Amino acid sequence: MKISVDVVVVGGGAAGMAAAKAAAEAGAKTLLLEREERLGGVLDQCIHPGFGLHRYREELTGPEFAFRLLSELERAGAEIQSGATVLSVRPSPELLVASEKGLIRVEAKALVWAAGARERPFGPLLIPGARPAGIFTAGLAQKLVNIHGLLPGKRALILGSGDIGLIMARRLHLEGVEVVGVAEIKPFPGGLLRNVVQCLEDFGIPLFLRHTVAKIHGGKRLSGVTLVEVDEQGQPISGTEKFFAVDTLVLSVGLIPEVRPLESLFPDGVKVNSFFQSAVPWIFFAGNALEIFDLVDTVAKIGEEAGRSAARYAQEKPPKPTAVPLRKGQNVAVLVPHELVPGEPAHLFLRVPRPLSRATIRVADVYAQNHVSLRPAEMVEIALSPEATVELARLPQADVEVIPA
Amino acid sequence: MRIAVIGGGVVGSLIARELARYDAEILLFDREVEVGFGVTKANSGIIHAGFHDEPGTLRARFCVLGNALYPELAEELEFSFRRTGALVLAFDAEEEETLKRLWEQGEANGVPGLALLSREEVLAKEPEVNPAVRAGLFAPTVGITAPWEVAQAAAENAQANGAEFHLGEEVFGIEVKNGRVQALRTQKGLYFVDAVVNAAGLFADRISEMAGVPFPTLIPRRGEYILLGEPAGNLVHSVLFPTPSPVSKGILVIPTVDGGLLLGPTAEDLPPEAKEATETTSHGLSQVLRGAGKLVPKLPLNQALKTFAGLRPEPENGDFVVGPTKVRGFYQAGGMRSPGLTAAPAIAQFLAHEVIAPDLALKKKTAFNPKRARIPRAAELSEEEWEKLIREDLRWGRIVCFCNTVTEAEVVEAIRRGARTLDGVKFRTRAGFGRCQGSFCMAKIMAILARELGLGPERITLRGPGSELIFGKVRP
Repeated sequence: MKISVDVVVVGGGAAGMAAAKAAAEAGAKTLLLEREERLGGVLDQCIHPGFGLHRYREELTGPEFAFRLLSELERAGAEIQSGATVLSVRPSPELLVASEKGLIRVEAKALVWAAGARERPFGPLLIPGARPAGIFTAGLAQKLVNIHGLLPGKRALILGSGDIGLIMARRLHLEGVEVVGVAEIKPFPGGLLRNVVQCLEDFGIPLFLRHTVAKIHGGKRLSGVTLVEVDEQGQPISGTEKFFAVDTLVLSVGLIPEVRPLESLFPDGVKVNSFFQSAVPWIFFAGNALEIFDLVDTVAKIGEEAGRSAARYAQEKPPKPTAVPLRKGQNVAVLVPHELVPGEPAHLFLRVPRPLSRATIRVADVYAQNHVSLRPAEMVEIALSPEATVELARLPQADVEVIPA
Repeated sequence: MRIAVIGGGVVGSLIARELARYDAEILLFDREVEVGFGVTKANSGIIHAGFHDEPGTLRARFCVLGNALYPELAEELEFSFRRTGALVLAFDAEEEETLKRLWEQGEANGVPGLALLSREEVLAKEPEVNPAVRAGLFAPTVGITAPWEVAQAAAENAQANGAEFHLGEEVFGIEVKNGRVQALRTQKGLYFVDAVVNAAGLFADRISEMAGVPFPTLIPRRGEYILLGEPAGNLVHSVLFPTPSPVSKGILVIPTVDGGLLLGPTAEDLPPEAKEATETTSHGLSQVLRGAGKLVPKLPLNQALKTFAGLRPEPENGDFVVGPTKVRGFYQAGGMRSPGLTAAPAIAQFLAHEVIAPDLALKKKTAFNPKRARIPRAAELSEEEWEKLIREDLRWGRIVCFCNTVTEAEVVEAIRRGARTLDGVKFRTRAGFGRCQGSFCMAKIMAILARELGLGPERITLRGPGSELIFGKVRP
């Protein structure tokens, strides 16, 4: 089967739905591909509130947010194909897609890659010990509990204080699982402050900062884990081991953008300009497949921007604009986009590597903003005016840095 | 005639298949719920050439013979096998001397194609090897396989030819009367048999004792590994060995049949009773990193998928225990230390055709089918072939494992062929073996297992009873 469209969007989560909606609204013939049976992505299993405060100015659950976005998408008139997995992306441009209908070849003028992220699993942590049943990533545990109605265990410890880990500590606690604590290797929590308060402190769940799992115990099913304190370099301090008898270990140790079928096209990693356009001009990126964001509202906004840009590219085939590269300076751990298009407004998203109180964010010499407090868990958004981006164009590259007071 | 094989690893499964060529009733017993879940599952997967083993040992003999059998066996049984060749690397003058000794030993054992290579020749073959290398021994017949696939394939083929597999059934006793095997006992009952083959891996000593036959003490030798996912396997072409020490072949860098790279194993002798001590240790894993890093300095450790440990049954006297015993009808295929995987097909042929068949006057069946077809892998099919399968059964169009592109149809077929656990599905289809390590597909595979086996989700296990994955419903 062969389908020809202007814009194909891969991924039916918040970023992809927003991108397909915006592309269709811009008049492009748009197809959205989702590998699962349902649209919504990870939102479907996020049954807690806290979504939509920016986009809809009210507090929604994940499924409610997904439902609103899906309604907008349907009104915009994009075609949707779920149960469709992208196998390969050829530079023609053409996608090979597997589905119950057979293998589908999708010819498109532009692609928005919004395939989300995968969870960092247990294996790469190289934690010694047994390999019993009872070790789950937080997203999988969340899916088991919230989608399948299944309880992974009775006594759990959470490794990693990312937002999903914190949310799952509360969720498991509310379902009667004894959550003995959350261990975090860093000296500060990985998730949003509001989640530390609302998911741990409100329920008396201890947070062990500067701790990691030193050993896994158990035969066939997990019987316990040993936690150990770590020093400034993250190395275990011997003599600080503590044993916890648990049958479940939930991991929230990071998300990794899913870009698998595109890897060969981007051997040095993905970089985008402020249109979210990559070095391959017909490929645009959005959402957690580009960078891990905190808020679905941000993801949807970026999705719309990427979808609009892709539609414009498909319709007009403009040459890829020359751009000003952005460089991560001091105290910048994460920065997207990677280039600015002069004369266009731009939104920059940055993350600091460690908590900072009283600091100034600078973009070369054209933008400066003071902050009372900056935290790694909370991405900062900077809006640059068209004038500012023009002014930056006189530089070979623009440094973005966070200067402590 | 009724023959029981105890142990459903590579060795036991291949023996059952060879015996299935005869007009006899073959029963295979394994305490695990699936074949290949013991020593076979956590193994380097190397088909050795035979230069590591001292001439005159059973190891040397069966290793060279077994290696030669693999290509045809892999074709008949459709398991993954590739002759990659191997390089043993020397980093100082003393090691260079050892290489020469290994070459002589290999020649004495009849290993084909061995060649001593200069530093330049080594680096031309394997540019990622540590440039401090001084010389290498090249062995073209070394290959790689997925050991569990060998056991699964042999088991399927044995069953197709009439063998009966009793999995999840542990042998508790062997009855011997007048110096002859009579029966064996499992938790399910008593089975009268004419012969018993002991291929019980780490437990071969206990099984032998049940028959009143002495067995050398089996020392579980723990080997820890780190597995890197594809495309890390592209880094090297052949299996890389350090120069061996008197006790071990050392820590290797091994390309896997899936395009990954396996680093290891360590060699740590545990007390004889530690038959299930498969945990990894921090000192073991750092030893693996050091050892592998010496051979290939630029290892992409960010592609690490998992760490694991396996136990090799190391007989006190250092050699395989193969053949008849003082108890008539009781045969040994134990002490399968390295190179047990390589030797297994040769040992199976030897025991079946040269020992057991003449002993019991067995006659060949006319209708033995040596062929077994593997589960088709959608990801490896041509577009036309895949399209055709989807038209016939739309489950071929439902991708369950995104990382390795495994369809629902493959998972269902794996269950039809004997997968009962999450690991069983994983080791047959590669679903859950990829970079997400199952976080996307585990819930789906659990649901498919529950549906196909007619079990509640709380009874689905990782690798057998006791390893249940969930504790029940959120709400009753």
